[in-house]
Amino acid sequence: MRVMAQMAMVMNLDKCIGCHTCSVTCKQAWTNRSGTEYVWFNNVETRPGQGYPRTYEDQETWKGGWQLNRRGRLTLKGGGRLKKLLTIFSNPKMPSIQDYYEPWTYDYSTLTDAPAQEHTPVARPKSLISGQDMKVTWSANWDDDLGGSAATAERDPILKKVGDKVRFEFEQTFMFYLPRICEHCLNPSCAASCPSGAIYKRSEDGIVLVDQDRCRGWRMCISGCPYKKVYFNHRTGKAEKCTFCFPRVEVGLPTVCSETCVGRLRYIGLMLYDADKVLEAASTTDEQGLYEAQREVFLDPSDPAVRREAERAGIPHDWVEAAQRSPIYALINRYKVALPLHPEYRTMPMVWYIPPLSPVVDVIKETGEDPEDRANLFAAIEALRIPIEYLAELFTAGDVAPVDLVLRKLAAMRSYMRDINLGRDPDPTIPQAVGMSEEELYDMFRLLALAKYDERY
Amino acid sequence: MSTGDRPDPNRPDREIGLDGGLSEALVRTRRYFTKGVVSDDLRTLHKQGGRGADDFYRDRWSHDKVVRSTHGVNCTGSCSWKVYVKDGIITWETQQTDYPSVGPDKPEYEPRGCPRGAAFSWYTYSPTRIRYPYIRGVLLKMYREAKSQHGDPVAAWAHIVDNPARAAQYKSARGKGGLVRASWDEATEMVAAAYVHTLRKWGPDRIAGFSPIPAMSMVSHASGARFTSLIGGTMLSFYDWYADLPVASPQVFGDQTDVPESGDWWDAGYLIMWGSNLPVTRTPDAHWMAEARYRGQKVVAVAPDYADNVKFADEWLPAAPGTDGALAMAMGHVILKEFFVDRQTPYFTAYGKAYTDLPYLIQLDEDGGGTYQPGKFLTAADLPAFEGEENAHFRTVVMDSRTGLPVVPNGSLGHRFGPSGAGSWNLDLGEVDPALTMAGDEADAVLVRLPRFDTADGSAGNVARGVPARRVGGLLVTTVYDLMLAQYGVARSGLPGDWPTSYDDATAPYTPAWQERITGVPASAAARIAREFAQNAEDSNGRSMIIMGAGTNHWFHSDTIYRAFLALTTLTGCQGVNGGGWAHYVGQEKCRPVTGWAQLAFGLDWSRPPRQMIQTAYWYLHTDQFRYDHFGADTLAAKTGEGRLAGKTTADLIALSARLGWMPSYPTFNRNPHDLADEARASGRPVADHVVDQLKSGELRFACEDPDSPENFPRILSIWRANLLGSSAKGNEYFLKHLLGAGSSLRAGEAPEGRRPSEVDWHEQAPEGKLDLLLTLDFRQTSTTLFSDVVLPAATWYEKHDLNTTDMHPFIHSFNPAIAPPWQTRTDWDAWQTIAEKFSELAAEHLGTRYDVVAVPLLHDTPDEMANPHGVVRDWKAGECEPVPGVTMPKLVEVERDYGAVAAKMSALGPLMEKLGATTKGVTYDVKDSVDYLRAKNGAVRGGPGDGRPSLKRDVHACEAILALSGTTNGQLATEGFKTLEKRVGKPLHDLAAEHEGKRITFADTQAAPTPVITSPEWSGSETGGRRYSPFTINVERLKPWHTLTGRQHFFLDHDLIAELGENLPVYRPPLDMGALFAEPEIGSVTEHGVTVRYLTPHSKWSIHSEYQDNLFMLSLSRGGQTIWMSDQDAAKVGVVDNDWIEAVNRNGVVVARAIVSHRMPEGTVYMHHAQDRLIDVPIAEASKKRGGIHNSLTRLLIKPTHLVGGYAQLSFAFNYLGPTGNQRDEVTVIRKRSQEVRY
Repeated sequence: MRVMAQMAMVMNLDKCIGCHTCSVTCKQAWTNRSGTEYVWFNNVETRPGQGYPRTYEDQETWKGGWQLNRRGRLTLKGGGRLKKLLTIFSNPKMPSIQDYYEPWTYDYSTLTDAPAQEHTPVARPKSLISGQDMKVTWSANWDDDLGGSAATAERDPILKKVGDKVRFEFEQTFMFYLPRICEHCLNPSCAASCPSGAIYKRSEDGIVLVDQDRCRGWRMCISGCPYKKVYFNHRTGKAEKCTFCFPRVEVGLPTVCSETCVGRLRYIGLMLYDADKVLEAASTTDEQGLYEAQREVFLDPSDPAVRREAERAGIPHDWVEAAQRSPIYALINRYKVALPLHPEYRTMPMVWYIPPLSPVVDVIKETGEDPEDRANLFAAIEALRIPIEYLAELFTAGDVAPVDLVLRKLAAMRSYMRDINLGRDPDPTIPQAVGMSEEELYDMFRLLALAKYDERY
Repeated sequence: MSTGDRPDPNRPDREIGLDGGLSEALVRTRRYFTKGVVSDDLRTLHKQGGRGADDFYRDRWSHDKVVRSTHGVNCTGSCSWKVYVKDGIITWETQQTDYPSVGPDKPEYEPRGCPRGAAFSWYTYSPTRIRYPYIRGVLLKMYREAKSQHGDPVAAWAHIVDNPARAAQYKSARGKGGLVRASWDEATEMVAAAYVHTLRKWGPDRIAGFSPIPAMSMVSHASGARFTSLIGGTMLSFYDWYADLPVASPQVFGDQTDVPESGDWWDAGYLIMWGSNLPVTRTPDAHWMAEARYRGQKVVAVAPDYADNVKFADEWLPAAPGTDGALAMAMGHVILKEFFVDRQTPYFTAYGKAYTDLPYLIQLDEDGGGTYQPGKFLTAADLPAFEGEENAHFRTVVMDSRTGLPVVPNGSLGHRFGPSGAGSWNLDLGEVDPALTMAGDEADAVLVRLPRFDTADGSAGNVARGVPARRVGGLLVTTVYDLMLAQYGVARSGLPGDWPTSYDDATAPYTPAWQERITGVPASAAARIAREFAQNAEDSNGRSMIIMGAGTNHWFHSDTIYRAFLALTTLTGCQGVNGGGWAHYVGQEKCRPVTGWAQLAFGLDWSRPPRQMIQTAYWYLHTDQFRYDHFGADTLAAKTGEGRLAGKTTADLIALSARLGWMPSYPTFNRNPHDLADEARASGRPVADHVVDQLKSGELRFACEDPDSPENFPRILSIWRANLLGSSAKGNEYFLKHLLGAGSSLRAGEAPEGRRPSEVDWHEQAPEGKLDLLLTLDFRQTSTTLFSDVVLPAATWYEKHDLNTTDMHPFIHSFNPAIAPPWQTRTDWDAWQTIAEKFSELAAEHLGTRYDVVAVPLLHDTPDEMANPHGVVRDWKAGECEPVPGVTMPKLVEVERDYGAVAAKMSALGPLMEKLGATTKGVTYDVKDSVDYLRAKNGAVRGGPGDGRPSLKRDVHACEAILALSGTTNGQLATEGFKTLEKRVGKPLHDLAAEHEGKRITFADTQAAPTPVITSPEWSGSETGGRRYSPFTINVERLKPWHTLTGRQHFFLDHDLIAELGENLPVYRPPLDMGALFAEPEIGSVTEHGVTVRYLTPHSKWSIHSEYQDNLFMLSLSRGGQTIWMSDQDAAKVGVVDNDWIEAVNRNGVVVARAIVSHRMPEGTVYMHHAQDRLIDVPIAEASKKRGGIHNSLTRLLIKPTHLVGGYAQLSFAFNYLGPTGNQRDEVTVIRKRSQEVRY
């Protein structure tokens, strides 16, 4: 056992309102400068949708992350490191600026400076790349709220996998939001892709950073990251990425995106894991086993053996304590409601998600029965608008069972709490049905619903 | 799932490791080249501590100070923010998280904010920032020439504006570039000269000020409002103008709007979001809804599209746009049937008797055909047994079921005023048990004709249904409850008439099946949601809530929609209960320290009354939209009506409303009020007598009877904290054409002869360019600044001191300067003082002291409410009564105006504070102690007219004054106000504030942290003991009446005009039919001009009104310019694909935008999110050859006659409390694909 500590995040998508405050505060703080105009360390995607950069999840095109080779060894999907070194001067798997978007501004000053003229002055869009007039045709969030769905949403790589389950018709509409930052993976393929050794994981907290002095701008990290969360600063010629706000985290402040999240859906905490097990877990043969495999890598910080090993590894006592009260640990391992994003990329991502509930489709509501009625609770889960297969492709490599169980837990929590809310005796069979105790369900309710500041971070 | 090389898990040589051997060997060498640690398995690289390469990010995260401030943008957010400053430059902002706790068992308010607020600092140094004063070049040149010719600024201004050719020259240049820099001295001198000239030539009521929403920055609002009021100018209303005022609230509650804070959503057991897209429009508060679901709350969304909030709902009811009233009526049908008739629900019944007008008796009037119509509330004046009672016409009657006799319960309007009512204005029923129904042995079954409007075009019809009735004092009466059952079509045995056979009867209003035809919501779903809503209310004693918003409130008939909603929350006993009732969130109307703000804003400390105008009617006349109305007001009448509106246009009704004193009307008369006062003084008669004589003789007329005559034009309009022309100006092109004379894309034709007003003069040629001066103060360029004659550079929200409150939480927030106002910008408080000083300098010489005649309408919360017994219309002009000021016409008050002293008065708190006190909602506060406190706190003014008075020189002084003069922020005033109220109510109240009697919130408190307010009689709910705010809890728990006729919540309204429109009771009225009214094509029709669709303008995700829509961050996250959302079906009809340039055209104007095509939109409806200004990426339109318009280029004003009613109980005017709404949702447009080659 080699204990290491990792800062991690869980986002409760069921609470995400898609407001993009996280994106704006992050951008203001970190990438509001020349060379990074198009860069959003934090972005929010409407799903179904293409994401940012477009179709980044289509690894058949972009070749990000890891795969197993014929011998079962873990290898970069974009080609082994040797291949990377040999093709260092021509990188075909780099998204172009058009795959992100061509950033622009407007000639605002004309509003004030326009001479007397025939028409009301107007500020036209100007490319921040070329300086020329342009028509805006794509942005970091073009398909927000299913905008342009008729034209573009079918290019959503996840949708392609579950295609026939989804029809883009008014009556069938569903959507949810997916906020994304760097995953600060336990097994980062960006770092492995870097020919310069410029990308590293901080030993103490696992934050993945680009050494700005060492980066030579080869951009292999950009290709290597399946989440496309490393960006190229075209002014400095260096790669940049989400830093997990380390200058804030180091002094006890949550990341900007977390603290400013008005949906109160982001949790930050420390996880202890066994570094010796990462490679084996990432090499799990069955992609649908990767979720469980990654959970196996995490260590129970209350386990005396783990605490002993942690001390030996030089992890301070207060860090071990922090790991014990970590909301991340509770959500991932105790309540098991948080799931990793695309475990099949084999990077062992460390930003996890609670999948969203959604309205029921008409099937239930036309029967005149109350889908919130306890008897109908589980029937309602099956009638949710968001196809469970879609969520499973995001979080469990297509295995619907874990997603289904999470949604049932959320529904059970609501059903159980309703009795308490209305002053009735709670029904112990509800938590039992989802394999939880009454106390566990109530504690989960506290963490998800009350979500006090000092319990979120 | 990824593919690629598939490992065979059963291969015996499967190994754990990376890549192949050669690669591994190469990579392993890196371990010797780096300072970090390559993991043993070679996957990754670790490093620890002190990394110099990270310095860039460490340096970026560093700052010199963090300043607390907030944003003032009418978003209802009122969020506390940290503004970061480095090297004297504002860098960015993040939310404060230090809100006082809501309690250990609830979520908290932190962190409040949204992406728009997070992007605000961009404006500080952006190229759209207004850094200097600007004047249009052509005007400035003329002014300089005239001044050098005349030497005097006032003469110079007159030289320009009094010459038609010169005036036309600068007016026609408005909005077309050519702004040039000027100095503050020169700009304010010209502005001051314009004011002086206008006062002298036309009079003070020809000057208007527009600045909305005091709650969003009270001091900044008060700055120009104080100046405008002190010179006798007119402040224009905003809440009704924005159509944010739910007129149903004054109608039902007698209250402008009072709603729960967002933390109270947590208390609800059942929550319907109805036309309110919480994640978009209540971004900082939406989490309460998301979290309350985890507490077992059921959530339902009613929205025509798959809106952002639908994601959170358990169920989505996609009711067709504008048909929400039909769904609500059907839900009411189900609730009345299942919870009142099929079985009695004790909680609902008891609530209905105590807190609603359900048991009150209504007279039934025979209509000749053997049937009856609901008439008036039975009052003590109608019954000989009550002869001699004070205010008998305003004491309403119930039948005591114990005795079978009529009784007048406490708490009616008649108890509120006059000596006999002292101590009995309360809801205590004592021993009385009001009968809900007249049914019983002694009852007759009487057939009542009730109106219906459910035909496709909304035309009127009838339905006859029986009610049980009895004779009381010889009069045939029934109860409101009995009428409600008839109206809703809930049958009881033994009653004749046309009743639905079952829920599945689709022919009869208001069954679930009936609504399905109209709304598209399945009947079973409507019935079930109604049942669940009521069942939850029964199970929880009223914790069912409806969050309702602009999607349902911005319609022409929104008052009927809302009354149908409020019937649901009131029948089920949810109003006045934490976690229950209505939650209307449209507009940041809740200025919690309302009393202090009002004194400052309207200069009530120096002179009273101020002029306050209903803005919708103002612009309806002054932008000549009335000339384009092609239909009579009687188009809207019910078939049950008596023809009162026959032959009248809307403009005629405005004139009626003005002369009867129902609504204010400025300019008031067709003569300068200074001259009227002088004439009266010369003749030695009281001014009111003089005016009445002149009116009777016809020598004097109301200005609204001839709005196109030059003496009745508005001459000066000052705008600050607002973007009229890029945002709220419904009928934008009418503004550009008639008000500004700037040319327009207007395509509408004027009303033909025969359809023109009868009492309002018609000029063959409509005037263009009525306004002489448009002055705007802003920090960024908008359509309003670009069309202004003078633009003054304003400080932003990070550059001044101010106060901010909202409905959504109980805290007072401060604005604070992170930096001093940069370039030549000034705070609004400072700028208006500068204007006032220049003005006073010129006015002392040119105007001196003059007398002014102010016409004041009959006011709410005063005995004026008793001017019109039974709400009967009496028109003195028609000879139906005498013109009596304050009874049958406006009050006429003479006011002295020392124009040279205006600047001195601006900056000192005046003596009327001690002399008259401060009055809010009928409670007068003695503020002597507060004035002494302020003198000590702010210091006293020395010398001049304000000598010895507390200083208001600085914005912080104004903040302190607002806080010290309001009950919500001064515990002593709150307690004293409750004690005053106790004398009238006769029930204990002051304990509600006693816990904070010694607490006085100072500005420093608000700078330190969000500061909770104190429970005060200024509002109807209670925060006492730290509870969440819910409105009307004081009414329910302490038996304090609502400010209505009965003192209860009203289902029934009996004013003549409301009866004429068939709206005595909740009723469904469909959206207006623009085909029938204006010959627009039918929705769904496709021609060579394009597809006709319903045109809705909901609030945007990427802006707050027009603010932020020009912000580069928001533009980058959206589509970067004006867009219209449409369904894939509609797009296909006209060959449009996503991001195509399209044009939307109707009679009102032209819009050029790009299409967003999505399947989440319903067919037949498009959304153009409101207030995307024309300044960002808007090309020249093909249809007009001019710059494309804004969202309001396709809308126009349409005034509902019943909104003009006044002078009767809760239907009496107060500023922003009652007035016609500037609704805009009933519109249609034709959309087509345009050439993709665009010109700018």
